[in-house]
Amino acid sequence: MPTTLQHYEPIVGRETIDELRVLASRVRRRRIRNINSTPVGGGVAEILTRLVPLLRELGLDVAWDVIKGDQAFFNVTKAFHNALQGSPEEITGSMLETYRETTAMNLREISLDADAIVVHDPQPAGLIEGRTTTQARWVWRCHIDVSRPQPRAWEFLEPYVSRYDAAVFSMPDFAQRLPEPQYLAPPSIDPLSEKNRELTAAEVARVLEKYGINSARPVLTQVSRFDRLKDPLGVIAAYRLVKRRADCQLVLAGGGASDDPEGGEVLEEVRAQAAGDPDIHVLPLPPSSDFEINALVRGSTIVFQKSIREGFGLTVSEALWKRKPVIGGAVGGIKIQIINGVTGFLVHSIEGAAHRALELLSDHELRTTMGENGYRHVKQNFLVTRHVMDYLLLMLALDHPDEDVVTLA
Amino acid sequence: MADGPFIFYTEHRLIGLTGIAARNLPELLKGLETVPGASIFYHTHQEYLAHHFQKPLFYNDFALWVSQAIHEDELAEKLAAVDLLLFTAIKDLRERIVGIVRRHMGEDHWVPRDCPPGDEFHFCRSKSFPVPTNIVAHDIPEFFEKLPQVTTVSLFYHFFEARLRLGRPTNDFSRWIADQGEPELARSIDQLDPYIRTLEELRDDIVALGRGFTK
Repeated sequence: MPTTLQHYEPIVGRETIDELRVLASRVRRRRIRNINSTPVGGGVAEILTRLVPLLRELGLDVAWDVIKGDQAFFNVTKAFHNALQGSPEEITGSMLETYRETTAMNLREISLDADAIVVHDPQPAGLIEGRTTTQARWVWRCHIDVSRPQPRAWEFLEPYVSRYDAAVFSMPDFAQRLPEPQYLAPPSIDPLSEKNRELTAAEVARVLEKYGINSARPVLTQVSRFDRLKDPLGVIAAYRLVKRRADCQLVLAGGGASDDPEGGEVLEEVRAQAAGDPDIHVLPLPPSSDFEINALVRGSTIVFQKSIREGFGLTVSEALWKRKPVIGGAVGGIKIQIINGVTGFLVHSIEGAAHRALELLSDHELRTTMGENGYRHVKQNFLVTRHVMDYLLLMLALDHPDEDVVTLA
Repeated sequence: MADGPFIFYTEHRLIGLTGIAARNLPELLKGLETVPGASIFYHTHQEYLAHHFQKPLFYNDFALWVSQAIHEDELAEKLAAVDLLLFTAIKDLRERIVGIVRRHMGEDHWVPRDCPPGDEFHFCRSKSFPVPTNIVAHDIPEFFEKLPQVTTVSLFYHFFEARLRLGRPTNDFSRWIADQGEPELARSIDQLDPYIRTLEELRDDIVALGRGFTK
């Protein structure tokens, strides 16, 4: 049975759902075309999979197209992606040519017949070349941090993205100075998805048992790709400091992205570090493990997200939603999900992570309070219903780009 | 609105970004001088609407950042002490804030200081979408009867947006109540300082003032 807005009513309240319906009545039948670069996998596809049906239910005519490209094109966009986030990447003239050619090919294939075209991330951003062929308003929905790009990559992209009618970023810190109005829309989690839905105690126990985790003893968990920027080795080091003073187990669970050649190498390093300690559970899980991840987090005492660099880090909201206090690196979107000392702790070091974990392990009441705060924080700010509202307001904002107060009589 | 019933509005907000960030006081000052008025409004008002797990140190974002990111506590106190009720135009409020920062930077003992990377001040702005609710009052007794149902977002609109962004001389409640022939009551509501209370407290205090006027 597909999830409908009504299913969210017990979670967010009738008032919120009514507000969405009232607002949607003002943009009903509007034709919105989302364009991104992949139908499955990755955060953008995950967000669209949830948002598109809800917007359709609200009466908007929403389409979702995916650009085509060969391996050479996606190698180029992968390099762009890294360079725009500040990593050193060589951007050559032939790479730029590949991007232009693939964009032109997609322009011939994708219909631009719409009232609003929402282009996600840099890969399809060049489609703005087709703006003269349509009456649509154009939105660049940038999910990555482009605040400190490598100059050559930004110089190439900027002439495209500055021709949009609006740009949308996930964090104020991620934005760039652009001539068009820019808006904020943090990503969101779906409380009804397999990764976040409520589970029974028996379901949680079954998964812990399957992986040999003792549910009677404290469990510290980090869910993330085996990627150096997520600092899994730092998490093991923090766990070792904690273990000197308090009994606990450590779970490092997550998949490796298939396009990340370093993933296997990092996993091996993690395994080597964990070797010989039966209380460390290294669990590389396949992409279809949402249920297992849900149960592992629900079965945890404390969750880590000790990233060294981070995009938004939505795994934090996923853990907070399950009423778990989170200890996270003070980077990227983690900083707005963890209210330091309220929903968890922001840390800058292995020692800091261990210190906070010990503090939480010794204080059941603090864990409960923080868990409850975290749940409320996510409910107010990071659920998919808020994201739907942002989309509706964005459509209205496109009609009134220059007004600060748009009274809807 | 004067002759008709009072229609309570609520509002939705989309946060706008400017792409302008400050690492230190000179950059903050430059931003303060150049960002749109909607950004000054946002950073002096958004905390009143935000949900807080604990009372914030300052309700003014500029004061909060100056205190926490660059540790200029004296300046933070001065910024937080700006009496927002004195202003009915954002232009004047901006001038006041800019003046305070400039004077502080001109003091002999002042030394520029950068915030740690990642703690920059990001100028945002708010775009509001007020919408009428179905809560309507046809006379003063009905107004006070309905008031407890009104959300804090609605109060924010009728007190803060109305005065500073829509250029109305006073809050919407006082205006309508005066038009209904109760200027004294209107004045007492106008004299409640919404900036030293939470919006819930403001609502309770208005309800208390209206006690003698209910049916």
